[in-house]
Amino acid sequence: MARAVSTRRQVAVSILAWVVALAIFFPILWTVLTSFKTEAEAIASPPSFLFFDWTLENYGEVQERSDYFRHFMNSVVISLGSTLLGLLIAIPAAWSMAFVPARRTKDVLMWMLSTKMLPPVGVLIPIYLMFRDLGLLDTRTGLVIVLTLINLPIIVWMLYTYFKEIPGEILEAARMDGATLWSEIVHVLTPMAVPGIASTLLLNVILAWNEAFWTLNLTAAKAAPLTAFIASYSSPEGLFYAKLSAASTMAIAPILIIGWFSQKQLVRGLTFGAVK
Amino acid sequence: MATAHSRTAARFMLSPAVVLLLGWMIIPLSMTIYFSFLRYNLLMPGMEEFTGFTNYRFFLTDPAFFEALVNTIVLVVGVLLITVIGGTLLALLLDQPVWGQGVVRILVIAPFFVMPTVSALVWKNMFMNPVNGLFAHMAKAVGLEPFDFLAQAPLFSIIIMVAWQWLPFATLILLTALQSLDREQIEASEIDGAGPFSRFFYIVLPHMARAITVVILIQTIFLLSVFAEILVTTNGGPGYASTNITYLVYVQSLLQYDVGGGSAGGIVAVILANIVAIFLMRMIGKNLEV
Repeated sequence: MARAVSTRRQVAVSILAWVVALAIFFPILWTVLTSFKTEAEAIASPPSFLFFDWTLENYGEVQERSDYFRHFMNSVVISLGSTLLGLLIAIPAAWSMAFVPARRTKDVLMWMLSTKMLPPVGVLIPIYLMFRDLGLLDTRTGLVIVLTLINLPIIVWMLYTYFKEIPGEILEAARMDGATLWSEIVHVLTPMAVPGIASTLLLNVILAWNEAFWTLNLTAAKAAPLTAFIASYSSPEGLFYAKLSAASTMAIAPILIIGWFSQKQLVRGLTFGAVK
Repeated sequence: MATAHSRTAARFMLSPAVVLLLGWMIIPLSMTIYFSFLRYNLLMPGMEEFTGFTNYRFFLTDPAFFEALVNTIVLVVGVLLITVIGGTLLALLLDQPVWGQGVVRILVIAPFFVMPTVSALVWKNMFMNPVNGLFAHMAKAVGLEPFDFLAQAPLFSIIIMVAWQWLPFATLILLTALQSLDREQIEASEIDGAGPFSRFFYIVLPHMARAITVVILIQTIFLLSVFAEILVTTNGGPGYASTNITYLVYVQSLLQYDVGGGSAGGIVAVILANIVAIFLMRMIGKNLEV
């Protein structure tokens, strides 16, 4: 009897959960569906949900009209470049704080976090003017530099919380066996740290891909990543829902897939290890 | 035991990160402070002169500033209310055994990965547009007059868009916290005859308190700087109805070329964010396992 009740309860809870989940996901689903409609069908009233003439022409047209692929490459270069550069700087820093903690380590970590609290408008003008004078406006290099710096605290923090979980005794044992600092890093630490580094990389690529303050303010045409590419669709010309949908789908698809894979690490990364 | 040698090496490894972040903080910020005391417009080069606190006086007494400050607070508080309450309810729901739990989680988390410009344009055009948007179709279907969201209630519309993006974040973190709750404690309370409500308020909620605080404080930092959603939907309008501090500074500096005034605004934004940040640092610092 009790079992029957709990099954009925699970059915009810499951239905409710699915309804809510689909409602939250609906704007994305609707965008993807609309991207396969013709422009006329996209604004048809009443709108058709599945029974329309599926077409791929919007995708071709978006590529042709606004060169999706170039913006996609800009996004890839900027997000991956800033992440790799950030890791290069952050791995040694996090390593040293996790394994050779000093009296001030906690203060340094908190201070790094505090730089993240600096609102971007507080430094917008000097960065803009400096970039203008250095010829870095609208360049991938410029954006890689800025995004590396704004995400560096998160990278250091995430790596730190991962490294902290590697038992220090292993390093001591290796040292007893005569391992040098270098072979310690290469043979002992690296294999144990790879999963943490990989999740840090994924999360940071997501953050950099979707960053929309600096990418909008520091790029014009040449180095514009997908965030700015989509923003160019904000002033509509004629019928454009289907094309907007196709462009949107192409802009979010890569990161949606990466994001689904890294959802577990997301919590730890975004709360700076405060919630695991 | 760390040797003197490894301590030197450690300091050496830490220094690039520290030097870069220090530079990133100090150089531009001190330039902003310097500019904020100048009369400096990019359209009048060579005319820069020291003006004391004039820029601050103009920025702070501009009616637009007050409106933007109120909008910033309404935006932050509105999104927080929706995401924290909604996120708690969703976390409680998803913590139950549900068929296809993995897929449900994937659907719920998805909006967080959508870039702000996409989410804003999709909501603006395909849902909130008074002629062709889905909401307009739905209103017409039941015989109602379509509502022009972005013209009639611009700030509310932006709150909806931003809340949609942040609801998954709150849900995910609160769910993680919920899953670490001791089941035996729940069972014990059931045996003692506690109902679902008292169980929620006396056991579940106190357990989630820290995660809720973390959600509130981290979201606040990001929500104070909402920018792209405003840029691609309303441009801050009509009037200043959907302008927040971040957007106001952007307009002043990059659209009106008023470097001095924009810098003063930027410093005001920094001070406001710092007031919030102090709470966040205390909170996370207390729970930090170093």
